[in-house]
Amino acid sequence: MTVILNQSFTGISIGAVLLLIALGLTLTFGQMGVINMAHGEFIMAGAYTTYVLQKSISSAGASLLVALPLAFLVAGAMGALLELLLIRRLYTRPLDTLLVTWGVSLMLQQLARDVFGAPNVQARAPDLLTGNISVGGGMTFANSRLFILGLALLCVLGLTLILRLTPLGRRIRAVVQNRDLAEVSGIATERVDRTTFFIGSGLAGVAGVALTLVGPIGPTMGTNYIVDAFLVVVVGGIGQLKGSVITAFALGVLQSVLEYSTTVSVAKVVVLVAIVAFLQWRPQGLYTLRTRSLA
Amino acid sequence: MSGLSISRRGLLAGASAVGATAALSACGAKTGSDTTSTGAQADTSGDTVKVGLLNSLSGTMAISEVTVHNALLLAVKEINAAGGVLGKKLKPVSQDGASDWPTFAEKAEALITDDKVIATFGCWTSASRKAVKPVFERYKSLLFYPVQYEGLEQSPYIFYIGATTNQQIVPALDYLKKQGLTRLYLVGSDYVFPRTANKIIKAYAEAQGMKVVGEDYAPLGSTEFSTIVNKVKDAGADAVFNTLNGDSNVAFFKEYKSAGLTAKSLPVLSVSIAEEEVKSIGTQYLEGQLTAWNYYETTPGAANEKFVKAYQAAYGADKPTSDPMEAAYISVHLWKEMVEKAGSFEAAKVKKAADGIELDAPEGKVTVDGATQHVYKTARIGKVGSDGLITEVWNSGKPIQPDPYLKGYDWAAGLS
Repeated sequence: MTVILNQSFTGISIGAVLLLIALGLTLTFGQMGVINMAHGEFIMAGAYTTYVLQKSISSAGASLLVALPLAFLVAGAMGALLELLLIRRLYTRPLDTLLVTWGVSLMLQQLARDVFGAPNVQARAPDLLTGNISVGGGMTFANSRLFILGLALLCVLGLTLILRLTPLGRRIRAVVQNRDLAEVSGIATERVDRTTFFIGSGLAGVAGVALTLVGPIGPTMGTNYIVDAFLVVVVGGIGQLKGSVITAFALGVLQSVLEYSTTVSVAKVVVLVAIVAFLQWRPQGLYTLRTRSLA
Repeated sequence: MSGLSISRRGLLAGASAVGATAALSACGAKTGSDTTSTGAQADTSGDTVKVGLLNSLSGTMAISEVTVHNALLLAVKEINAAGGVLGKKLKPVSQDGASDWPTFAEKAEALITDDKVIATFGCWTSASRKAVKPVFERYKSLLFYPVQYEGLEQSPYIFYIGATTNQQIVPALDYLKKQGLTRLYLVGSDYVFPRTANKIIKAYAEAQGMKVVGEDYAPLGSTEFSTIVNKVKDAGADAVFNTLNGDSNVAFFKEYKSAGLTAKSLPVLSVSIAEEEVKSIGTQYLEGQLTAWNYYETTPGAANEKFVKAYQAAYGADKPTSDPMEAAYISVHLWKEMVEKAGSFEAAKVKKAADGIELDAPEGKVTVDGATQHVYKTARIGKVGSDGLITEVWNSGKPIQPDPYLKGYDWAAGLS
């Protein structure tokens, strides 16, 4: 029983990491349809932001709290710049976008290598987050995982509120559902695109901060996560936040339960096979966006 | 086709060497008499010779390999300051293997055929060594490999300066057994070294009455260890034998601490974590954990004091020194001794001169074993202290004879 509960929690915490790294993509890929291979490098930018901050703020806890909004701004600004310089010229050419952003991804990795050095670095975790909470019966929840879970849920909640309740959210949804109609209704679609990309990339930065609690910070850390992030969005259904949330947690639990009873490699293979089978059955993903657009 | 281009390159090298020799003789200098007979296309005609340094200066392995590269450069600098080898200064030529095994093979070939290096030093992962092995054998050029590895290999053109299994893993198991830690959980990265090492550990455990209660592999670079740590926790092990490589160690030890496991409750013995890695993982995650190597920064002796001082003077006072760095450092010095004993840079003659070469190394006395092209080394078990340095808790007393195929161990008969 303890094993099952422990593994479920592990699965949920893996799901929380997946959700955080995929959340930005649900906007840029899910809503806007941009295949941004440099998304992983925005995660990296967020992680390095934490690292740099820790040099000037000695308290690990304070620097983590400052890093969250700052990483959002740094990664968001990088995303907005990328959109402004390259992606907006390629909206009708998705495959070119893929190649161009992949090139950008390689350049950003090299840049990180030149600035921070090739070896990976570490951010210190606040003492509060290195321990664990014992809930009796031999069960323990790691504090860092609880923090990531809370952060992921907070981000989902914030994003949902923005999309549902704010004028900006209404404009984003309008552009996604029918760009032409939105444009003739007086919405500055280009500006909405840039803002959407800013928020999506910024969320990648937040994910980067969270990832410093579980692993190292390095130039190639983004590439470790980018495939998983796309998987979550594709399986969840393009353009649907709740699809991504459910998928992230489902994949997390599946992975951890399989990993416990078999090995890491077998679990990965089974999860991938399950995803392929699922997409055969539902190519559109878990949830689909119904639009009235003719395109 | 490639044969043709090689011979053409060889011809060019020969021609330029002859030209250079002629020019020098004209000036009255007498040198380069052994040029044309030198193994590959190495060029020894001038007053400098090139040595190749082949390390990953980028990618996931850069964390470790850059420090080895630094140590190699330091050794080259020292040798040049002392007058060089056979009167010739060494000119280091660096190539970046980029943590990518085919790139290693490509760069190895470039070093031998384009740069015409006299010998090459480097490689870290066994995968990169296996990738360059055929290249060095084809061109009959020498590689000095500075890292502990899984044994079961003996290339005629590689000198193995790091420990083989009977100088690191077997003593580590002996140590655990002596401490009464007999139920082991094996955690490793998913590639050739951990898989082979664990095969050896399992054979040992079976013969020595120890028990392997679990075995898990994570892909190189993996950062998700929560499930593996849960399995370790539930398996009822006395100790964890860790063969994870590179950055995965960071995620593993963070998770380990988060799960409430400590060096007291369930010690981890690691074979790929040295001072540099301790520093980057974070001392608070590793304090009290065990490592198995042949050298620590804290190893006593004048040779080590000199090495640490020279390294820190060159690269920064806060930079630690580690076992692979030390092995890299002595590999260049050992090569120098071999060349001077042979009186020639020629690979075949250097190999012949290798047996019995001794060096008062930072790790203690080392002796080259000509038959296996490995080195006699002292095994040392260490414990990570609160200052991030590793202090020795046990050593083998004297240098252990290298036995890459574990021929001297009955329980290892089934391995190959």
